[in-house]
Amino acid sequence: MTANIEATVQAAEAAQPATRNARPLRLITCGSVDDGKSTLIGRLLWDTKAVKEDQADALARDNRHQQNDLGLPDFALLLDGLQAEREQGITIDVAYRYFSTDRRSFIVADTPGHEQYTRNMATGASTADLAVLLVDARAGILEQTRRHATIATLMGIRQFVLAVNKIDLIDYDEAVFNQISAEFRQFALSLGVTDVTAIPMSALLGENVVHPGTASMPWYSGPPLVEVLELATQRTAQTVGFRLPVQRVSRPDESFRGYQGTVAGGSVKPGDSIVVLPAGSVANVKQIVTFDLVRNAAVAGDAITLVLDRHVDIARGDMIASIDAAPALGRAFEAKLVALSADAITTGKRYWLKSSSRRQRVRVEPKTRLALKTGQWDGADSLPLNSIGTVHLDFDEAAMFDPYETNRNTGAFILIDPDTNNTVAGGMIVERTTRVDGIDAGGERDHVLLSLPEDLADRLMASEAFADLRDHVEIRRVSGARAAAVLKDVD
Amino acid sequence: MSETKPPLDPNLKALESEAIHIFREVAAEFERPVMLYSVGKDSSVLLHLARKAFYPGRIPFPLLHIDTGWKFREMIAFRDRMAAEFDLDLVTYTNPRGKLEGVTPFTHGSSVYTNIMKTEALRQALDAGQYDAAFGGARRDEEASRAKERIYSFRTPDHRWDPRNQRPELWSIYNGQIRKGESVRAFPLSNWTEVDIWRYIQAESIPIVPLYFAAQRPVVERDGMLVLAEDERLELLPGEVKRTETIRFRTLGCFPLTGAIRSTATTLDDIIGELETATVSERQGRAIDRDEAGSMEKKKREGYF
Repeated sequence: MTANIEATVQAAEAAQPATRNARPLRLITCGSVDDGKSTLIGRLLWDTKAVKEDQADALARDNRHQQNDLGLPDFALLLDGLQAEREQGITIDVAYRYFSTDRRSFIVADTPGHEQYTRNMATGASTADLAVLLVDARAGILEQTRRHATIATLMGIRQFVLAVNKIDLIDYDEAVFNQISAEFRQFALSLGVTDVTAIPMSALLGENVVHPGTASMPWYSGPPLVEVLELATQRTAQTVGFRLPVQRVSRPDESFRGYQGTVAGGSVKPGDSIVVLPAGSVANVKQIVTFDLVRNAAVAGDAITLVLDRHVDIARGDMIASIDAAPALGRAFEAKLVALSADAITTGKRYWLKSSSRRQRVRVEPKTRLALKTGQWDGADSLPLNSIGTVHLDFDEAAMFDPYETNRNTGAFILIDPDTNNTVAGGMIVERTTRVDGIDAGGERDHVLLSLPEDLADRLMASEAFADLRDHVEIRRVSGARAAAVLKDVD
Repeated sequence: MSETKPPLDPNLKALESEAIHIFREVAAEFERPVMLYSVGKDSSVLLHLARKAFYPGRIPFPLLHIDTGWKFREMIAFRDRMAAEFDLDLVTYTNPRGKLEGVTPFTHGSSVYTNIMKTEALRQALDAGQYDAAFGGARRDEEASRAKERIYSFRTPDHRWDPRNQRPELWSIYNGQIRKGESVRAFPLSNWTEVDIWRYIQAESIPIVPLYFAAQRPVVERDGMLVLAEDERLELLPGEVKRTETIRFRTLGCFPLTGAIRSTATTLDDIIGELETATVSERQGRAIDRDEAGSMEKKKREGYF
């Protein structure tokens, strides 16, 4: 009888596979070939059964690479999808991998660790909720690890997993693991990141990837990687102001006019008051139409058709926003930029800027460039391939954005070279600038003069916070005596 | 359309919203989009998503079916039924070389045949329609070279794909700028997996070709593949014996090149259950992927989907 009941339960489980109760978690893996990144991803796919037997067989038929000692396929070969990669044994481009557990689906942006890593990492990180940073336990935190963490943070990632791999090669030494994770936590803190989970791991042996490594590491009581991923949070754009970038206007007949787009922030319901940007016209929401039914609310991420209570002039590229929490509207913005093209981003050249469904002309003026080695922002007037910098954006016509920190959808943009049509940069809005209100504007006691020793001033100016504000500051280098004299003249 | 349908789970909802976003973006940015319709399960999902994306309007572009002349007969019947039922603007195209030179999967081998009747035919049809964007149902989880495919995949005027020189694609901002003659292949299902496709078909009650469900059908075993033998176009080779087995198809293409699997899955629940425990990938039944390593990449470079 008992056996019967068990059989029924198992059958029911098989017929009713666990539903995924969350959106897919997007993550990026950073690390080089030497850190065992391919092995880690291969292990994730293998242990969650995302790799099928015929795919492994296809590898065996390529027979240049034999299976390893554990009888597993050569994961690097499985992952390197392009012929050139297989021939040269390198990974060229961002690849996307899919696996799932009973709790959640995962989309992994797998980026190469060496050639053009900034460009590829920025691409992979742009949509990621979490970054897995891989280090070799024998080598510890390297300059490369710091670079990867810096880029991931810039792209808006605030959750990190530090995978201390090849722990088996240092005899599962807890002290070494603790020292590496402490060093990384401290560095992450300097980037403003506090959510770090460090995991001792052997991707090759499958310890603490999908299955726990308790047998070899009784001292580690934390979860294996997959459990961390299952519980990771997703950033939601639902708590900010309502945003609907209009993709197209639907007019199937005279009686219907709807605005189609994906909600890029906040939520909306019939009766809400909205403003149409950049024009500034106002209206109320009459209906939210979808194929399935007329809905009583929509939230960030939903693809909807919005019907308003009156006729207003709205075209593709406009944005419908909540009337009491609209995005910044202006012709000048400060932004961070990742240069993706062999042709450097230079002052004076005009580009197409595309953000959401809006495309417009922009002039770009580089201000600073991040030295990834030191984390300092140095003055710069051009941004070559794979560099990161701050720029000033000048538009011919009004543009609207939210700061990237507040809304990743309405704060992000790409630059397109009008000569080649290539995507040459990815950008993140810092804030709107109002140049007329800058240095020369009047006003009593609204400026501060500081006199600092040169080394201290240089450190301040190289900080990330300062990089965004460089335009607002006037700088003179003078002798201590001169500084004292100037300050003496001021009340 | 029913009001009582339970809401989609958040995973499928996110995938659906992303696909609708891509459909709308391409329809708004390009002058002459077209949707490749292969009549398979992924195409059925694609069609359903297109209807949702443009509701309450009609789908604002034609559907293109490259008919090799060797598709399963049930596929053609299903295609015509869908076109009538959903008021679709359906364009079908067959490479005239097929008839002229007698190109068949039996006489020319799967590789040459596929190149002429699918890849070349597709290029001809896209040129004839002067389409500047073509939707396809390819998914990144299908095959290694597809894992590196963009959502907007740029093609030169002769339809070539250069995997080493792809435009970076950040966030969900797509670069649709092209010159005259160039085109983009757009893949709304990029981030879907095979299981997602089946779960969505189930959740949305999407019609699919009955060959996906197990039934007793006549087959012969050829080159390790179970080939459907209910078509007079299939000539039995010496030693081949036609027998009836309970089979179904995991993917559908040209009947002589698509192997059936032995299965008793007669419902969507059965199919999903079978998938959860499957140990081989769906393309395993496709002869054309197995010709050589990098086979799919090569075909894609030449303009295959």
